[in-house]
Amino acid sequence: MIDFNIRSRGKALLGEAPRWAPYLIPALVLYSTFMAFPLFDSVRLSFFRAGAVGSREFIGFDNYVRLFAVKENALRYWSAFANTWYFFFVHMAVQNVLGILFAVLLMEKGLRGASFYRTVIFIPATLAVLVVGYLWKLILNPQWGALTLFLKGVSLDFLAEPWLGEPKYALTAVSLVSAWQWVGMPTMMFLAGIQNIPDDMYESAEIAGASKLQSFRYITLPMLRPVLGIVAILTFVGNFNAFDAVFAMENVNGAPLYSTDIMGTFFYRVGIAGQHPVSIPDPGMGAAVATTTFAVLALGAALILKATREDTAGAEPAGRKPK
Amino acid sequence: MKSLRRARRAGSNTLAHIVLSTWTVLVLFPLWTMIANSFKFKYDIYKDPFGLPVKWNFDSYLSVLRDSDFIRFFRNSLVVTVGSIAAVLFFGALAAYALANWRAKPSRWIYAFFIAGMMLPIKIGSIRLLQMVKALGLIDTIWSLYPVYISMGLPVAVFVLTEFIREIPRELTEAAVIDGAGRFRIFRSIIVHLLRPALATVAIFNLVPFWNDLWFPLIFISDDRHKTLLLGVTRLFGQYQTDWSKILAVLTLAAVPVILLYLSMSKQFIKGLTAGAVKG
Repeated sequence: MIDFNIRSRGKALLGEAPRWAPYLIPALVLYSTFMAFPLFDSVRLSFFRAGAVGSREFIGFDNYVRLFAVKENALRYWSAFANTWYFFFVHMAVQNVLGILFAVLLMEKGLRGASFYRTVIFIPATLAVLVVGYLWKLILNPQWGALTLFLKGVSLDFLAEPWLGEPKYALTAVSLVSAWQWVGMPTMMFLAGIQNIPDDMYESAEIAGASKLQSFRYITLPMLRPVLGIVAILTFVGNFNAFDAVFAMENVNGAPLYSTDIMGTFFYRVGIAGQHPVSIPDPGMGAAVATTTFAVLALGAALILKATREDTAGAEPAGRKPK
Repeated sequence: MKSLRRARRAGSNTLAHIVLSTWTVLVLFPLWTMIANSFKFKYDIYKDPFGLPVKWNFDSYLSVLRDSDFIRFFRNSLVVTVGSIAAVLFFGALAAYALANWRAKPSRWIYAFFIAGMMLPIKIGSIRLLQMVKALGLIDTIWSLYPVYISMGLPVAVFVLTEFIREIPRELTEAAVIDGAGRFRIFRSIIVHLLRPALATVAIFNLVPFWNDLWFPLIFISDDRHKTLLLGVTRLFGQYQTDWSKILAVLTLAAVPVILLYLSMSKQFIKGLTAGAVKG
């Protein structure tokens, strides 16, 4: 911190504000205009009908009524909503659980090649979701895909299903590819979290005769709770905004049969590209979709924070008994 | 007892190696098929999708680079990414300098206002942004991307840089202040130099999301001359649908620059990409 008041103590009426304004204003104007304003004005937009020439007509809750009371719209909305939750839970169960596992394993004493493993685990996270999606789409191709040929080669033909083409499996397949790509993020965050746990906690546990599993269960896991909260929130926000993965591996309609339609693709169709069969975008209803997503995100993030920040002092998570 | 404990440790290291090397294969195998097959002839891919190419085929790369707009897409992405990062660093550093040194209530409010943006996904405001970009006449040009990317990058820039400037010891600037150096001179001659590692973190944090962004080019740009790399990849993916060798060459060309950059500075990458999250 710099003490400019050595010279200018109590000179100006407005304090230092006029002197700092030139430094702040460019960033503030850009950020307010292109981030804060569109976010909040989208909420306002959801109460208007946008005309073709930029005119607006206030229509109250009409966009929401059309979204939730018109059968086809409501059906698509709730299907996308449910699919997004499924997408999120697969990420929590696969990506974040593997993240903890990898972080714990990478921290093992005397593990050779730890930095090699760490580098490899993070590679997919640096790639574009689109590139990863296209690549896996080719690999999973039921006729020529590498996975199919591999499975046939080791005579596991029965596993060579059209994973992306069957409504039963498609969403799981897309979710797993996305989890494959992003697992490096939670791994690195948990790794940083574990590095912050004092060593003597483990040493005293070891002296007391605790097994590795026990010290993970009673030291690592409780101490990682705040990191777990951040990871969960990032996963949640990321998944409710996901679009590219489905766009690349399926299409904006969430094929097959809307089984991979998530909030991101639904929002794109309604508000930006226009829905089949009309193909005219409906900015008002799109804004209504965005506003509800916004509300879900705020609520979800607040709940996750509450669940992971509360009683962090008590190292013993409630509800489970030691074996 | 001591040897027993060591034995147990060695045992679990084996488990760690098994798990981590399995995952390594799972990560590298798809990338390997992508790169290796991009050098094969169309029909050799189906015969042997896993091995090294028997006959090397460079034509896919040549035709992608020569006959398609790939180079232009690549250049557009490069220009937008570099330009946006430079602007984020410039505006972010100026703002952080003010926020770190101006101790007053409004300063704390403005800081909180910026930080809030770290958690808010700008995509939610897309419909409004699209209208604004149209009204400003930027639609269908790469210029539409700058304001969005800069605003996306500012929250983390302000967060990381403000924290960093706050920790600069007062002794480093005190002499200059007493000598009568103004705010800007201190910023330019002292702060910017000390700030370099933090600027690198912010740059890397933004590099990957800007470079890999598909959403905003997709909704803003339909003119081929202004498409970014990823938007171009979507077009080429459709165009080369039946020629996997070419598709894989396109994907490899799109992925390899980032992978190489990452491999050459993986520590900074990991630190940069998780920067906003670990403290936030």
